Amino acid sequence: MAERERRSTPPYGGVFVARTQVMDADDVRRAIWRMAHEIVERNHGLDHVVLIGLQTGGVLLAEAFAEALAEIDGTDVPVGTLDVALHRDDIGIRPVLPEAETHIPVDLDGAVVVLVDDVLFTGRTIRAALDALSTFGRPRAVQLAVMVDRGHRELPIRPDFVGKNLPTRRDEMVNVSPSGVELGELVKEGR
Amino acid sequence: MQHLLSIQDLDRAGIEQLLDLTDRFVEVSQRQIPKVPALRGKNVVWLFYEDSTRTRLSFEQAAKRLSADTMTFSVGSSSVKKGESLRDTVLTIEAMGVDAVVVRHASSGVPWQIARWLEDRVSVVNAGDGWHEHPTQALLDCYTIREHRGSLEGQRIAIVGDVKHSRVARSDVLAFTALGAEVTLVAPPTLLPPNLDGWPVRVSHDLDAVVGDVDVVYLLRMQRERMTEHLVPTLREYTARYGLTMRRAERLRDDALVMHPGPMNRGVEISAEVADLPRSVIIDQVRNGVAVRMAVLYLLLGSGVERVLGPEPAPDAVLALEPEGASR
Repeated sequence: MAERERRSTPPYGGVFVARTQVMDADDVRRAIWRMAHEIVERNHGLDHVVLIGLQTGGVLLAEAFAEALAEIDGTDVPVGTLDVALHRDDIGIRPVLPEAETHIPVDLDGAVVVLVDDVLFTGRTIRAALDALSTFGRPRAVQLAVMVDRGHRELPIRPDFVGKNLPTRRDEMVNVSPSGVELGELVKEGR
Repeated sequence: MQHLLSIQDLDRAGIEQLLDLTDRFVEVSQRQIPKVPALRGKNVVWLFYEDSTRTRLSFEQAAKRLSADTMTFSVGSSSVKKGESLRDTVLTIEAMGVDAVVVRHASSGVPWQIARWLEDRVSVVNAGDGWHEHPTQALLDCYTIREHRGSLEGQRIAIVGDVKHSRVARSDVLAFTALGAEVTLVAPPTLLPPNLDGWPVRVSHDLDAVVGDVDVVYLLRMQRERMTEHLVPTLREYTARYGLTMRRAERLRDDALVMHPGPMNRGVEISAEVADLPRSVIIDQVRNGVAVRMAVLYLLLGSGVERVLGPEPAPDAVLALEPEGASR
């Protein structure tokens, strides 16, 4: 499940306490700028490219990519949002509720979808996202851009564009925001 | 496991949460492939002891869009004809392995009785019991008003017609007033419940006095059999005094909505032309019904959130609904 969600889900739940700052705001900005260039390079331009931010951690990032791409290539790329809750494989195992808007602004048939999320961990969110995308059409290709790849994959999924590879312990937690990336852990309340 | 038996199972926060969740399912319904795997492997049975077209089809559509499996139990072709009791029927169905029972019955209170028999092993959804309640209809009505108005707070709503025999009216009054609307019941005395003590409503016997001042006119179906019970002199006289005719509709405020739970008797409680006016949102009600029922089925069977529907959510449920990261 997404990093963000673990905070509120027993038995993991707790308050995020940062231990190390891994990237600062400038690092994040530079990573977005580099990955935006990579997206243009990989796709030989931006024809048919659609950015889709995963709710909720990937949405701001997707918008940041769109701004960078507009500056680099002069192209306005469509930006959508996707909440994958109803496609998760842990429905019935823990509380799962869709909590944010899904908005796909264009027909995805033949599009090159760049999925955007803040942290790539087990890969289960991305599996759910791939499943969800198929209800909107048949993209020609789906690529994945994440700010942090923290390892511990449980499915054969790999990112195409990575801000930072960050080795972590399973019980650690990564927090991504425009002001930077922090590594820390969830601390149970009352401890 | 939990049930949806009455609008009273939900307080204002519960209703609003359900309506918010419905937004998500409206979006699902608009997809190229309007189906999500959320309730894969769940089994829902329709236990309909009374006729229904739209409610049953709407539930069926909702369950299928969530990938649940469904079974239909209709009285006409079942062992009920051979004298099987309700309790035996319910326990038999349970033994086959179902996750939810959606019940419609001509007697008030049957869904509660079934919920008692099944305890918390199977979710029970009330799809209309006698003259008593029809909670999913009320929820879809609230959703439709909210869709057009943004909120029910302060909305003036007239519910017109056979309130006495209407489970829709009972659930609507509870839901509309819980969300802050002001409800006026408009009907001849013979079609009002004998005792309205404790109902948070105003009562009028004169539609003409009310029609110009309301934001929503909600017409109830005039059940023809009421005429043979001598509750109204003739359908024509009923239409003359309580029907939403074109002449009355012209006196509505510019932005007023016209609603009806269906099936309509065009020319009785609503004139044929009024039913087709742009301000008539009857088709929206039907469309929203599917999404609202998806939200109900998902909350009960999929969300894993205990007691979302209820005045006092457990602390865990509150957390799960508002992850701290969401406001980041």
